[in-house]
Amino acid sequence: MEREIVIHVEELTKQFGNFTAVDHISFDVVKGEVFGFLGANGAGKTTAMRMLCGLSRPTSGTGTVAGYDITRQYEAIKKNIGYMSQKFSLYEDLKVWENIRLYAGIYGMKDTEIARKTDELLERLNFARERNTMVKSLPLGWKQKLAFSVSIFHDPAIVFLDEPTGGVDPYTRRQFWEMIYEAADRGITVFVTTHYMDEAEYCDRVSIMVDGRIDALGTPRELKERFCARSMEEVFQGLARKASRAD
Amino acid sequence: MLKFLLEKEFKQFFRHQFMPKLVVLFPLMIMVLMPWATTLDIKDIDTIVVNHDRTGLSDDLVETVGSSTYFNLKDITDSYDEALRAMEFGEADLIVEIPAGFENDYVETGAADLLVAINTVNTTKGVLGRAYLQMLTAEFAGREPSPAQSQTMLTPKLEVLVTNMYNPLLDYKHTMVPGLMVVVVMLLCGFMPAVNIVQEKELGTIEQINVTPVSKMSFILAKIIPFWIIGIFALVVCMLLAWCIYGLVPAGSIWCILLFNCLFILTMTGMGLIISNQSSTMQQATFVMLFFVIIFIMMCGLLTPVKSMPDWAQAIAAVNPTKYMVDAMRGIYLKGSNMTDLWQEAVALASMAVILNIWAIISYHKNS
Repeated sequence: MEREIVIHVEELTKQFGNFTAVDHISFDVVKGEVFGFLGANGAGKTTAMRMLCGLSRPTSGTGTVAGYDITRQYEAIKKNIGYMSQKFSLYEDLKVWENIRLYAGIYGMKDTEIARKTDELLERLNFARERNTMVKSLPLGWKQKLAFSVSIFHDPAIVFLDEPTGGVDPYTRRQFWEMIYEAADRGITVFVTTHYMDEAEYCDRVSIMVDGRIDALGTPRELKERFCARSMEEVFQGLARKASRAD
Repeated sequence: MLKFLLEKEFKQFFRHQFMPKLVVLFPLMIMVLMPWATTLDIKDIDTIVVNHDRTGLSDDLVETVGSSTYFNLKDITDSYDEALRAMEFGEADLIVEIPAGFENDYVETGAADLLVAINTVNTTKGVLGRAYLQMLTAEFAGREPSPAQSQTMLTPKLEVLVTNMYNPLLDYKHTMVPGLMVVVVMLLCGFMPAVNIVQEKELGTIEQINVTPVSKMSFILAKIIPFWIIGIFALVVCMLLAWCIYGLVPAGSIWCILLFNCLFILTMTGMGLIISNQSSTMQQATFVMLFFVIIFIMMCGLLTPVKSMPDWAQAIAAVNPTKYMVDAMRGIYLKGSNMTDLWQEAVALASMAVILNIWAIISYHKNS
């Protein structure tokens, strides 16, 4: 069965002066899949992701996200995606419910709907008693779970997660990936970058970026077969070794 | 959408440990201290008289100088060199030398010479000191007419009657207070927006906002409106303090003051937000804002009249929103000017407000 393509990228390039951060990458992501976007530090993952989210303008190349052109219709894209940046970027001086309310409001949700969904969310996360906690006093694991929940609160078509589990303990990482699967089950396409190779195994498909180019793309099983490796760890090590860019 | 953004801005403002206090403390400090510190009345000019004459008339003159509150008679000597040395050591600002034969000349010819040496390192003090002394000697000459003069005085005496308009007691504080209100509003509504967006950049929170479909206009409006309210609040604090401490109430309409402040706050906030949008660190934003604020204060007519500046400086002052605001506030407070008198100032401020705020919206980039 042919599945709907939600991200389509052709020859996407971003240059900063003489430095080519993203070098003519092309790929497709289909609806509902968990797409792992791997690469060493400085390989260009975040830059590529920022172009897809309409935060950064491509130097050349084309692409569509959720059916909208990334060079022209980036504000329309923003209505249909969620984004969680590498650096925690909710408001630390707002309470848990206030952060949820702010972003839900920005996406155009109504007060009553926000209140109802906030209750549901906090209940589901077993987080109701932290409702009035100031975000700055939450532990990192909870901050990340909250940031993810906020990024999909408005039911976007696609969610972009930039190293969502960086610095998080293994138990919370596990919980986090359960949340990712739940979101994917609801039909949200997940585009995720990570440095943890066990997480790469959880993805439906993975791409590996080296020096701004995509050197490998496929399901974890395909990649392991192609590179005669036992794990994604080995696949990654083999490819990253070729990188010329220093960290 | 704007509702949610405003909620956020207000919560963040009131939760800040320092900002809400600043909005009260700052007007208090400026209104209580500055009118006394910025006075241009010069008193206690240290004076040394070198009296070579030692006659009744010259002693009278010395006494007249000594009894004036403007002059502080430090010493009477008969050596000019000694007096000059005292001036070099900074112990005297003014030397009056009465030559020998002063009384004699005055009685015989109706005119006599005085030598006055003034330390003009501080120009204002020097110029004012000279003016005071001239006033004093003229008065002295009127009181003690020379016999030679009185015989020849056939021409009628010309008297000048001075009426001080709008500030009858020539109270310098009354001139400064409305201007200082402008400074309070300018600093609060200029600096707070200038560090606001750039702080969101430093914390990284702007990234999450930029990836939402929030419109640039709503985002900037949500930044402007709180400062508007804060600025008007600070103004009201200033006006109450001016009334309590200096007994100064506006001669013109309060609505006129509010209207002007609304325009002025909008101008300053717009400028602050542009700087914030263009800066990448708080330091950068603060320094750029400081640069403009210093120019605005020095070239607004608050401390020195704009009309006595050279043409090129007046041209710079013509694009200084603070100049229009100081003129307007002084006019409304002291003269009771109304919108008919001040429409030019209002138009100037309104156009700057519109231009700067459109620029603020344009300079906010959601994608780069």
